[in-house]
Amino acid sequence: MSALLTVEDLRVRFPTRTGVVEAVRGVSFTLGRERLGIVGESGSGKSQTGRAVMGLTPAHAQVTAKRLAFDGIDLLSAPPKLRRDLRGKRIAMILQDPKYSLNPVMSIGKQIVETLQRHEKVGRAEARKRALDMLAAVQIRDPARVFDLYPHEVSGGMGQRAMIAMMLVAGPELLIADEPTSALDVTVQLEVLSILDKLVAERGMGLIFVSHDLRLVSSFCDRVLVMYAGRIVEEIAASELSNAKHPYTQGLLNCMPVIGADRHPLPVLDRKPEWAL
Amino acid sequence: MSMSDTVRMSGRRRARSRKAIAAVLQFLVVVATTYLGLLAVTFFIGRVIPIDPVLAVLGDRAPQHVVERTREAMGLNLPLYQQFFIYCQQALSGDFGTSVLTTNPVMTDIRRVFPATIELATLGTVIGALIGVPLGVLAAVKRGSIADQIVRVIGLVGYSVPIFWLALLALLVFYARLRWVAYPGRIDIVYEYTFSPITGFYLVDALWQRQWDVFRDVFRHIILPASLLGYFSLAYISRMTRSFMLNELQQEYIVAARAKGLSEARIIWAHALRNAAVPLVTVIALSYAGLLEGSVLTETVFAWPGLGLYITNSLQNADMNAVLGGTIIIGSVFIGINLLSDLLYRTLDPRTRAR
Repeated sequence: MSALLTVEDLRVRFPTRTGVVEAVRGVSFTLGRERLGIVGESGSGKSQTGRAVMGLTPAHAQVTAKRLAFDGIDLLSAPPKLRRDLRGKRIAMILQDPKYSLNPVMSIGKQIVETLQRHEKVGRAEARKRALDMLAAVQIRDPARVFDLYPHEVSGGMGQRAMIAMMLVAGPELLIADEPTSALDVTVQLEVLSILDKLVAERGMGLIFVSHDLRLVSSFCDRVLVMYAGRIVEEIAASELSNAKHPYTQGLLNCMPVIGADRHPLPVLDRKPEWAL
Repeated sequence: MSMSDTVRMSGRRRARSRKAIAAVLQFLVVVATTYLGLLAVTFFIGRVIPIDPVLAVLGDRAPQHVVERTREAMGLNLPLYQQFFIYCQQALSGDFGTSVLTTNPVMTDIRRVFPATIELATLGTVIGALIGVPLGVLAAVKRGSIADQIVRVIGLVGYSVPIFWLALLALLVFYARLRWVAYPGRIDIVYEYTFSPITGFYLVDALWQRQWDVFRDVFRHIILPASLLGYFSLAYISRMTRSFMLNELQQEYIVAARAKGLSEARIIWAHALRNAAVPLVTVIALSYAGLLEGSVLTETVFAWPGLGLYITNSLQNADMNAVLGGTIIIGSVFIGINLLSDLLYRTLDPRTRAR
């Protein structure tokens, strides 16, 4: 499998008044057209890894890497214009909560059309048609109606589908999904996941699925990176997850209660300082 | 479209129009109550102040029976609620009585002075918004930079330096030294008798009558006071724009817009400012309403025959009819502008639209 994305020794630092905070400390992995899950608790650097690949790290942060390449393009030395052209067109990202990640004063259709018109020379009618097709592709039953709705007029699940439509309409090859279902109800989560699953398979996209939900990631992805304190502590095939060797991964797995098993007391996540070294 | 769909659609449309009617009714009720409140307050003020209207008309040497007859003629011996009713009737028909000072009906005076103030305030607000909003956006986008500091200082000076002092300074520089603008007043004496305004908005009238030399002259008179009022509102508008923009730029939808590959310019103007515009409309409208009150100090320095000057003069001469009439007009303008900004708010923000 040819590498779509190569990440070698990625570091993201935030200078603050009290010193430099390293959110990501030497992360390396490669990604083909496959599904890679990144799991870890809050602050483990999983989201910042995704944002560094997108080029959406806040301006005051420093991003360094031995190599950060997408399809042979060195992202860190690429001019800002080229990175902007890549975003949305070849690398896209789905954010966590459609309540906040969709522009509240712009209709859903307009927001989808905007992505398309940014990256392709398309006429109005053509753009509208493709946006409607995309809405249909995320299994929205009445695309013409939803096209004219505003984000506050749709449910969370519908909003997240609109988000997916907005990000996939220009046909990206790599999708970074940053906790795409964490803000949704459990029943809706599965619907959105199955839509995402289908689209990723149909279009042969590479996917980085960032989540704190180990169970979800293991069922959805091919490979899982477990991050702790800005580092990858374990890389494991999703099917092998139950055989995880690292005590942190085991800890994460043990935290999930099994129905019928003794739940008293629930295990607490172990954090050993030496893992963070 | 199937039959049932058609029925459902028309039902929805009917429900929507019913809601629209309800919204309009609600709107009217709000206007009416606010206006009634305004009338009650001015009526109350008129009764409480220690100025005897009869005395104001007759002077203090009139014989007792004349005083009593006048009191009766003015309806001042009626019960209060009847007086209030008559007062409302008169106010609603635009009759605020006669000004003691000018001996004209108050409404005639206001028709003369108010356009001068409206013209000045409108131009001032346009200047303030056209410069203040971009400055605020700049300050927010380049937060912490030199540009931000400069905008901060500009705002601070505009907001804290007394406007009459700034006005005198501006006159000294731009009129006395540089001769870029005309002397205080609305129009040159030369044109005062040849130019016959229709609406009272001189810029509009001159343009309408194609009198280019008059237009030039009026513009040279209005530009300095309008710029000063504009600077004053700019100071406020730019600060508010900056804070609204900073708030919007932190939102997740900005990250999403970046993830779509949009340019910074598009993110700032089409996404962030479009959202910031919603509260900004209220800020600009209130600042406009403030200027419409007639900025007494500016009007005094620039000998501008506006509402502020008129009311101040009336107040100093205990001309209560004029003061209360002016107050009602200003109050009405406030109500009107507030409603207008409310309407604009609704068109700008789909979340507040009645569905």
